[in-house]
Order: sequence, then structure tokens, then C-alpha cells
Amino acid sequence: MSDGGGTAIAVSRPRAASVSRPRPFAVRKAGAYLLLAVVAILVAFPLLIALSYSLMSESDIVTFPPPLFPAHPSLDNYEKVIATIPIGRYLLNSFIVSAAVVVGHLVTASLAAYAFSFLVFRGRNLLFFVFLSTLMIPWEATIIPNYMTIRSLGWLDSYQGLAVPFMATAFGTFLLRQAFMQIPRELWDAARIDGASSFRFLRAVVIPLSRPALGTVAIYGFLSTYNQYFWPLLITNQTLMRTTQVGIAQLRFEESLRWGLVMAGVIMVAVPTLALLVLGQRQLIRGLTAGAVKG
Amino acid sequence: MRWTGRDLRSLAIGLAYLAPSLVLFAVFVFIPLGRTFYLSLYNTRATGAFTTFNGLDHYVDLVTSATFRSGLVATGLFAIYTVPIGIALGLLLAVLLNQRLRGISVFRTMMASTIAISAAVGALLWLLLFNPSIGLLNYVLSLIGVRGPEWLIQPAIAIIAVSITTIWLTLGTNIIVLLAGLQGIPEEIYEAARLDGARGVRMFTRITVPMVSPSLFFLLVVDTVAVLQAFTQIHLLTRGGPVDATRTLVYGIYLDAFQNFQFGFASAESVVLFALVLALTIIQFRVVERRVHYQ
Repeated sequence: MSDGGGTAIAVSRPRAASVSRPRPFAVRKAGAYLLLAVVAILVAFPLLIALSYSLMSESDIVTFPPPLFPAHPSLDNYEKVIATIPIGRYLLNSFIVSAAVVVGHLVTASLAAYAFSFLVFRGRNLLFFVFLSTLMIPWEATIIPNYMTIRSLGWLDSYQGLAVPFMATAFGTFLLRQAFMQIPRELWDAARIDGASSFRFLRAVVIPLSRPALGTVAIYGFLSTYNQYFWPLLITNQTLMRTTQVGIAQLRFEESLRWGLVMAGVIMVAVPTLALLVLGQRQLIRGLTAGAVKG
Repeated sequence: MRWTGRDLRSLAIGLAYLAPSLVLFAVFVFIPLGRTFYLSLYNTRATGAFTTFNGLDHYVDLVTSATFRSGLVATGLFAIYTVPIGIALGLLLAVLLNQRLRGISVFRTMMASTIAISAAVGALLWLLLFNPSIGLLNYVLSLIGVRGPEWLIQPAIAIIAVSITTIWLTLGTNIIVLLAGLQGIPEEIYEAARLDGARGVRMFTRITVPMVSPSLFFLLVVDTVAVLQAFTQIHLLTRGGPVDATRTLVYGIYLDAFQNFQFGFASAESVVLFALVLALTIIQFRVVERRVHYQ
């Protein structure tokens, strides 16, 4: 629910803004690479050190000065995580809930975006404003009544309690509307003349032509759901209904903090989202820059 | 403006497409928002059952509560420490990444990697770095002769530790948004400035910063809203302590509602949170509207 608002605009092609200095080209280039490498390692440092610690024994971790690399790398910590907490079940829960939210977003947002881009009816602008107004309401400000709703539905400790409240998305609707409006109007007119129903036009023409935007919505839905903490913390109590984020954080509240174990858990939880980042980078950037660049 | 049968029919079709989203928004956003206002006027039991109508008593309590006031101060400090530094750092890194070099996308992915990292994972990573005996942060500080603080134990420092974690978590978003902004600056503007003799810092302050100001402003609002909503890193790093130093508005809502079971009072706090986010969003829309108007 912390999606950004504003108007979307396509990002123009990359251009460099290098300031030329009278220095040998090769030296300047090497310097640029060196600086980039140092800064990139600094930014990623918390993750890199977690990876390193996850491969160390607890006794190596507490030596002084703090070691950067494992002397005897081993996967013991990962085995211990699997033995200590039901991490497989946590991952399964997170994937089920995230997949449900992704499907929910794709269905509800494409239907709504279609109405906002192709159908003409009175009150359309007002209803679009109603959608956008949900972006101004922080989830945390409504969390008490929502908790009561889920409790009275008997949805505590359930997949539907974790997923259903998040299945509609104003941000996704907005993104898809932008994409749908790129589709030539002539296709719509031709389909109407051929007697295609409006739902069939959505299914057979609009959806296939909007795959990139649907990908953006799917990746966003997955990341935001998989990474949730507050809501699953509130509405799950049974160990077997915990999601990965809540489950892994429990290691922090154990009596003796085993850092190698915690870091192994952290890596296991972060790998799916990092993989998604590498695979879906283009879609993610498209989503993030919608609403930002121009007003 | 009379409604014809045709108008009604097209409205009904439009609403049918919007219905899934509208139902979800009604049940999980709009009605809960109304109930938050309503609950804030009542005393409630731990079960959520209303007991007595209270009028504005909870709001009077808020104004006179020292805890609530210190919570607002903590929230303000959190925002002041996090948002400007996070945006400045993001801009520096985005400029660094806005070069035409082979393999630059690898560095972009590395530096933007925090967009895929959950707040829970980020908090656990920094919990290790802040650790006074085995954490690397104080060790590195000791190398340059600085005696590092007890990050999570000293009240004035704990809020800084939470802010550092949050800066890191939002860095990926800031970099991507600002990089897109930088790439939208026409090369001709740089050419013209260069002909006028502008170089280095002057080029940066006179051309780059004004040209990306829409992105900077967007991030100012989005990052501030994110700080107002931040829960996970506080829960995992400090649990609102020491002595309420990191008990921000949202964390106060959590403690009052779900630890002390004062749903009525916590709902009044939620109304304040909603008002703050709403005000920020309205400011954003106003500024964007004005800019578009003058274009």
C-alpha cells in the first residue's frame, strides 16, 4: 500500500553526461571502473558479509579482529537452519500467499484498467479518483479494523487472511491503464465491427499486447507480498502458518543468538528476491520510474 | 444532465469490470478507515468490543501525553536523519552510475540490489554490523581511532542506527528513480553549459540538480511517507527502545493496540498518521499540478 502516486512517463534512452577532462582515456576509464567497483562493494557490503558469515562456524565469528572471509567454509549453518526451523514450510507459505496476491493483482487490475481505458461511461473519472485515493491511505492507519475484520472472519492463521486484503492494487491499475492506452484505438473499432464482445477483446487482444506491463505488476506484487512483515506478524500465531520474513526474524529473539545461523537464514530468505531482481530488473525499473520522472 | 437508459447500461458494464477492485477497496481500505475514526471515539475492550462513547477524550489524551509527544519527536528525527541523506547519497551514486561504460549494468544491479531486500532481512544484516563485540562497524571505526558507540543501547544513537538501516534499505529505490531522472536530461543542455565554461561541481549544482528536481521532490515525499510507515526495522533492531527513543508513531500504534490492547487510543494515533500521509500526498499533487500548469 506504499505505492507511489503521480503520473507515469516512459524513460528515455540512456545518455551519458560525462564531463571531459584532459586525461588519458584509458587511465580515466580504469579509474571509473575502480571507483564503481569500490562503491558497489560498499553498498552490497551488508549482504556480502552475511554470505561470508553464513559459511563460518560460530567460533570463527567471535574471533577478533572480526574475520572477513571464512577460514574453513562450510554449509553447516544452512543444515542447522533446516534442522532448527521449518524454513521449507515458511518458504512454501510465502510462495503460496505471494502467488495468490500476484494472480489477484493481475485479474483485478486488468479488469479495472480495461474499464478505465477502453470503456466509456459516466462517473469514470470520479471512480478513477476513488482508486487513486487509496494510495493516500497508509495500511498502518487501518490495521486495527483490518485485524478485527480478519479475526471475525476466522481468518487468523490462514492463507486467505494473509492474501485477500492485498489483492487489489491502485498502483497496478494505474500502470496497466497507461499500457492499455498505448493500444491503437483502431483495433478496438475493428473488433467491435467484427462483433467481438468487450470481454473477448480484453482477453484476446489487450492482455497479449500488454505482457511487459503485466510482468511489472506481477513482479511488484510478488516482491511487496513476499517482503511483508507487520501484517503476517499480527495475524499468524501457529509456527506452520508463519511466512519467511516472520519465521527468520524469530531466530533473532532466541536466547542465544547464533549469528552464523541467522545469516544463513537471511541468505536463504533473500535469494528468491535477489534472483527476481536479476531476472526482472527491466520490469522493476519501469514500475519504479512510473510516477517519478515527470509530473 | 439526465441519465438515459444507455448511460445506465454503460455504467453497469463499467462497474462490473471495476467490481472486484471496488469490493476489496471497500472492505479493506475505505470501511476500515471509517472504522478507525469511529473507534478513536470509543473506549474498547481487548476483544475489540466497544464499551463507552468517549468523544474526543482520546485526542485530548494524545495532546497531553508525553509519550505521544516524544513519539512525534522520534518520528521527526527519524525522517530528518533518513530522508535528506538517503536522497543525497542516492543522487551521488546515480551520477556515478550514469556513465557510458561497458558492463555498467552490473554495477547498477549491485547498487540497486537493496530494492529486493526486505526490511526484515535488512534489519538482521545491520543488527550484526551494529553488534558492539563482533560487528564490523565499530571495528572499522576503531581502525581510524574512533571509539564506536553502543549503537542500539544509547537512546540518541539508537534512532540513528535505525535511520542508517533505513537509508540503506531505500537506497536502491532512490538510485533507480534518480538514474531515470538523469537519463532524461537532454545532452544538448550539457553541451551548452560546457560551451559557457561550466565544469564539475558547477555543472552539477547549476544543471544536474535543477534538472532532476522533479525526481528529488518525488523521492522527498515517497521516502518521508515510507519513514512514517516504517515498522519492521524498529521491531527487529530496538523494539521502540531504549526508553522509547525509537517509539515512532507507527510503533506506538503497534504497542498501544497489540501489546496494551487500547484499540480506541491507538485508533486516535492512527488518525494522526493518516492525516500526516494525506497532507504529504496533497502537497505532492499540488506541486506536480503547478509544474504541469507552467509547462
